Amino acid sequence: MRGIHDEGSERIPSGCAISSIFSKSGKPINGERIIHSMAPMHDRSNGLGGGFAGYGIYPQHKDDYAFHVFYDHSKAQNACESFLKERFCFAASEQIPTRKLSAITQEPISMRYFLRPLYRRMEDLQLDESEYVARCVLHINAQIDGAYVFSSGKNMGVFKAVGFPEDVGRYYRLEEYEGYCWTAHGRYPTNTPGWWGGAHPFALLDTTVVHNGEISSYDANRRTIEMFGYACTLKTDTEAITYIIDYLTRKCGLTLSETAGVIAAPFWSTITAMPEPARSQAAYLRHAFSSLLITGPFSIIVGFTGGLMALNDRLKLRSMVVGEKGDMVYIASEECAIRVIEPEPDRIWSPAGGQPVIITLDKSCQGGDHHGL
Amino acid sequence: MAFDFLYPQYEIIRNPSRCTACRLCEKQCANGVHHMDTHSGTMLADESKCVACHRCVALCPARALKIVKTDHTFKENANWTGKTITEIYRQAGSGGMLLSSMGNPEPYPIYWDKLLINASQVTNPSIDPLREPMETFTLLGAKPETMMRDSLGNLVDNMPPQLRLKLPVMFSAMSYGSISYNAHAALAAAATELGTFYNTGEGGLHPDFYPYGSHTIVQVASGRFGVHPDYLNAGAAIEIKMGQGAKPGIGGHLPGVKVGPEISRTRMIPEGTDAISPAPHHDIYSIEDLRQLVYSVKEATHYQKPVIVKIAAVHNVAAIASGIARSGADIIAIDGFRGGTGAAPTRIRDHVGIPIELALASVDQRLREEGIRNRVSLVVSGSIRSSSDLVKAIALGADAVYIGTAALLALGCHLCRSCQKGLCNWGIATQRPDLVKRLNPETGAKRLINLLTSWDHELKEMMGGMGINSIEALRGNRAMLRGIGLTQKELDILGVKHAGE
Repeated sequence: MRGIHDEGSERIPSGCAISSIFSKSGKPINGERIIHSMAPMHDRSNGLGGGFAGYGIYPQHKDDYAFHVFYDHSKAQNACESFLKERFCFAASEQIPTRKLSAITQEPISMRYFLRPLYRRMEDLQLDESEYVARCVLHINAQIDGAYVFSSGKNMGVFKAVGFPEDVGRYYRLEEYEGYCWTAHGRYPTNTPGWWGGAHPFALLDTTVVHNGEISSYDANRRTIEMFGYACTLKTDTEAITYIIDYLTRKCGLTLSETAGVIAAPFWSTITAMPEPARSQAAYLRHAFSSLLITGPFSIIVGFTGGLMALNDRLKLRSMVVGEKGDMVYIASEECAIRVIEPEPDRIWSPAGGQPVIITLDKSCQGGDHHGL
Repeated sequence: MAFDFLYPQYEIIRNPSRCTACRLCEKQCANGVHHMDTHSGTMLADESKCVACHRCVALCPARALKIVKTDHTFKENANWTGKTITEIYRQAGSGGMLLSSMGNPEPYPIYWDKLLINASQVTNPSIDPLREPMETFTLLGAKPETMMRDSLGNLVDNMPPQLRLKLPVMFSAMSYGSISYNAHAALAAAATELGTFYNTGEGGLHPDFYPYGSHTIVQVASGRFGVHPDYLNAGAAIEIKMGQGAKPGIGGHLPGVKVGPEISRTRMIPEGTDAISPAPHHDIYSIEDLRQLVYSVKEATHYQKPVIVKIAAVHNVAAIASGIARSGADIIAIDGFRGGTGAAPTRIRDHVGIPIELALASVDQRLREEGIRNRVSLVVSGSIRSSSDLVKAIALGADAVYIGTAALLALGCHLCRSCQKGLCNWGIATQRPDLVKRLNPETGAKRLINLLTSWDHELKEMMGGMGINSIEALRGNRAMLRGIGLTQKELDILGVKHAGE
């Protein structure tokens, strides 16, 4: 089994498949559905990474931070758990339930903790809760050798492994979970790192990103986001995108559509043709965050508590389709991934490059959404 | 005196079967190389006066002339080269410092030539700039550190003043005095047409050029020549010159012979007096003093214009730049040891300072480590020779570049490195009216526009090849570079991997 530093030692481009299902009324969706959606896109992955994120899946622990952690060895587990014990109260601690599959091998130790921050310590550091938790996650991932926190939000969870996405879903027994939102990813890396942490979704707090593409602005983005305290240890595009979205939404207070206006900023020619005040707002965002513009092909689905954002690069160099049926919304790399689970959608369309599609729970069922819109 | 006889470095070859003895070469050469032998009616040359500027070669209607390097030589000696021996003779004869012009010509490493650029293959499509938008528009200035919203929730425009460039190249500081009125006229017109900026240098701004103010950077140097409130407010930005790559640590000297009525008026000094810029600014002996000058200039211009602080690339440039970034400057300009000059002591030009590539890489990295890279833009110069140097500079972390030597070449300079003599046959580095008029400002502007237009096309092609369609995604994108033939230490400083890695 190769560890975090093997994967992080060089940058690996990868192609991919992504899919998501969202119920605007907050209706629980079984994890089995998202596995079905991924199956027809089998050839977009090559068995070197698959993963899922579910939202609303831990109602019994909805106010606790659910940490999913991979360990290369028990020494890492001991180090990480003692680090966490100094900073959090443990509401629960268990192995993530899995089933043995011949297709999934070389499993790391995978643990799940439901955590509550120790408020005294948090106040000593003069940090708000989300910053406190985020710093703990970033510290473990950068500093504790062999430990990797791959999920850290409330009432949501990431499940990922090396393998085809359908196998990964069955391995994690996703049929035992229900949530109002699922995202999924199948990876096609052009190399064979075979490290579980390298699979998508990438997550920090409740923000998850599944991504198809290879961004040409990577090193410009990485060197900028690292300036703000994020360590890009994995050297993957998706990790950098996740941190950029966290920085813009949580730290700078931008809305999701403003965030889209930074990372997939309109061309200057488009901005010039906009009416005021949209023009000056768009120009301001491009100016103020110019080094966080992402170029090159990408389609991403960003999950967060209470919603989803789908976004293509501004030239739309990767396929992405959106479908609707009643209160259900489907987003996928290919239309077949939608039709296999919803043969007769009310509407199906391809969003234009750089145009974010933002979907949120209906007002009546919204909880604590920290992302403005 | 036999001691002082130095065999000319270059010989003029005149093809007698072509020469018509029209005497054009004689008229064109301000150095007095050519003359007619009245007895024989043939043209002769005193090659000891020749600077190899090629004016006679370029204008000879019969194509009868060429300049070749002499094969006359001292006895071969790897330690005491002909150049070294000659310089000793010259100093033993004169007792003076050796003077030179333009940039350091010595064979130090040129890191631009040891960096290679990436391109997309398969996993990521390249982009065709003829079919898709390709953005090279660049903003220079500090970026806001906090977001503010109004009562409607809209973002408040708290952007500090910015320079807006249609392409990330500006013309670097060259004073009226070191170069001619016509050269300035060409630079001003070209900068305006191109949507970029030229820089007055430390010689003030001639009244005729105030209309180009929105495309002018006005400089404040240690001599403070020509600095007054109207001057500061005439430009789009103010540059405080702390140093120059060709001569770090020393000032400047415009001989009184060049200070005619127009330069006298522009610099606000008496006609015929030497214009001496002190080595330091005598009101800046430390970083906190610089902060005071930055804010004095901002006060004088009502905080409406970005302030550039220009320094030479020296050994601890990263720490110096970090201090400048915290002193209120909006833009830091760093000039490498290849940067040009109208005159500098040869020993300083050739031995003081460091390559711009290394200085840029370490400054950009240091500012990022300290979390203050967004507080300033970085402009580099000395020397940027082509669009590929430009691409590499931006990928290393520059926001934009200044070009000086390349711009003068476009105006006709043949890099004879004799500017200090004031006898520029191409009408650039001279104040002699008969020579100045040889440079047509309209033609000069057109050639500058052509040069930067072609670089912009090449820049866009290379960006498209990398799958990048906006210049900001190239800035600091060092993964797009690989080193070739560099040591690990050099790679570490540049922050790039070796080719093949």
